[in-house]
Amino acid sequence: MTGPRDADAASEVPAPSDLTWDLRLYVTGRSPNSLRAMQNLQFACEQYLAGRYHIEIVDLLENPRRAADDQILAVPTLVRKLPQPIRKIVGDLSNSDRLLAGLQLRPRGGQAM
Amino acid sequence: MASEHGGADPRSLAEADARPALPKAPTGIRGLDEITHGGLPRGRSTLVTGGTGSGKTLMALSFLVAGAREYGEPGVLVTFEETAEKVTANVASLGFDLDGLQRDKLLVMYAFRVDPAEVIETGAFDLEALFLLLGEAIERVGAKRVVLDTIELLFGAFQDQAIVRAELGRLFRWLEERAVTAIVTGERGDSVLTRHGIEEYVSDCVIALDHRMQDEISTRHLQVVKYRGSAHGTNAYPFLISARGFVVLPITSVTLDYGAPGDRISTGVARLDHMLDGGLLRGSTVLVSGTAGTGKSTLGAHFADSACGRGERTLMILFEESPDQVTRNMRSVGMDLQPWVDAGLLRIWAARPTAFGLETHLAILDRLLEEFAPRVAVLDGIASLSHGATGPEVSSMLARKIDMLKGRGITAMLTTLAGADESSMVGVSSLVDTWLLVRNVESNGERNRLLFVLKSRGTAHSNQVREFVLTDHGVELVDVYVGPAGVVTGSARLVLEAQERGANFRQGQELARRRRELRGGIVEAEARLAVLQDELAAQRAEFERIQERERRQASDAEADRSALAARRWADPASPGEGER
Repeated sequence: MTGPRDADAASEVPAPSDLTWDLRLYVTGRSPNSLRAMQNLQFACEQYLAGRYHIEIVDLLENPRRAADDQILAVPTLVRKLPQPIRKIVGDLSNSDRLLAGLQLRPRGGQAM
Repeated sequence: MASEHGGADPRSLAEADARPALPKAPTGIRGLDEITHGGLPRGRSTLVTGGTGSGKTLMALSFLVAGAREYGEPGVLVTFEETAEKVTANVASLGFDLDGLQRDKLLVMYAFRVDPAEVIETGAFDLEALFLLLGEAIERVGAKRVVLDTIELLFGAFQDQAIVRAELGRLFRWLEERAVTAIVTGERGDSVLTRHGIEEYVSDCVIALDHRMQDEISTRHLQVVKYRGSAHGTNAYPFLISARGFVVLPITSVTLDYGAPGDRISTGVARLDHMLDGGLLRGSTVLVSGTAGTGKSTLGAHFADSACGRGERTLMILFEESPDQVTRNMRSVGMDLQPWVDAGLLRIWAARPTAFGLETHLAILDRLLEEFAPRVAVLDGIASLSHGATGPEVSSMLARKIDMLKGRGITAMLTTLAGADESSMVGVSSLVDTWLLVRNVESNGERNRLLFVLKSRGTAHSNQVREFVLTDHGVELVDVYVGPAGVVTGSARLVLEAQERGANFRQGQELARRRRELRGGIVEAEARLAVLQDELAAQRAEFERIQERERRQASDAEADRSALAARRWADPASPGEGER
């Protein structure tokens, strides 16, 4: 499930900029929360990670058993698979500060790269 | 389920019958289905709450496994506590094969590890992922049962408690719509049923589990706190987790009729059998209580020995000694139990009372009875159990033991140390059919044992006291000597018996003398009587002779007078005389 472990990326410091962000967003169809989360994520990635991210959208309405893969209880949930460690960001991603911290684009409370 | 143990009490059973039947889903848990008169409310959610290690998970899993294996109701398990591997391993020892059930499509299992440290919350969310996963699983195997263990951990997983609360409310409604019978488990708080108040969502049935430590002895209790629309036993029932799963033990022995067969079996001591009108009634329970060193264990061994002699499987549970000690001790009174052990007729199990909790003792007994299926059981030294526990708990546990034995028709002898406080056995004594008391009596510098039959149901038993003698060929009962100074035992009895024998001899001699004297008197009197009779006969003969002479003289005189008158030409004197 997880990519090859990168020792340097194991800590919560901003990841090196040559890394690709591997993200997975669990949604339920076109529910309001899901739509907001998709928009918020798309916006943040384009702004900070243009060309360096990959997003997989998993629709649990179509494939409910996928929830077990990443132990997903809540939707929407964004799973940051890379850079490691794996982080889960639950909610419609409306708080961009928290989203950026969760994406490891800024240390908690710090500046965006 | 057939009520092997019967209901909690007859009154509530009758009430249950009077109500319209609430559909129920049997848990397959022995005892619980009886307390609840059939199981959990079907199509509803039941909250099982308890502290850590109280057995919530096991109870919930028993419900799932029984559903899948016995009642054709597949299940879904969602655990928030442990990994699937751990859950599977934990219950494998109980014989639950979760992997097999999953392969057979009778169970779907999901494990969620909720770690708030790796979750960041930003904005609104719901728990739809859980609903979808559950819904898919329920549909896939046609699940009728669902377990969510421990749902309260969700409160720790998310910061937004309002969302969790709202979603849980939705979850229970959702489960009800799907008509699945669910168990959700909750973490018990200090003075509340659940830490997060889950009980407000689950209004149909609430079961509380409790794991108490008392004097380092653990006891588990189960209580049906609430069961809407159904009668249920309200006591805290002890339960146990044994190799055969989760077992709740309702107490029923006092009211139930076990179907008492009439035949009697020997206690192994012939004179004791005689005192009991031929022996113990089969299936009855005899309590032998007495002070230390009164030979209770030996009596128990006799009972076991004679049962084995009849070819009946016998279980001996020792609470004070080891099997080796007992076989050796019994050899010293001329009884060899080893051959019975070797032949597989006798199983001796030693259980140090303090080594386990009370319910573990019950679990062990339950398992031994199940595996070995004895007809006769000897429980030696049951009062030792009270070393670590308080009185009522012990007697309630003993009551359950007796119940288990009687329920299986096992004739049992329980021996117990009764110290100065005989009342300690009062609670138990009402449950036993026969109560023998062995008591040491001290006099003339020695101690001797007396045996009484305090009670024996259904038996015209002897009211006499017997002296209980341990010889090199086992127990013997001897009549006690009841003299002017009371009951006399031991060597004093022997002395008195000797004295009595002496007195008897002297008395015999005296009688013989008297007899001889009397015989002499009789002979003499008879001789005198003979003489007197001779005399009497002689006198009678003389008397008759004289009478005869008188008659003759009278008739001669008449003849003379007639001759004289004729000579004188006299008229006849009278017509009578003329006819002559």
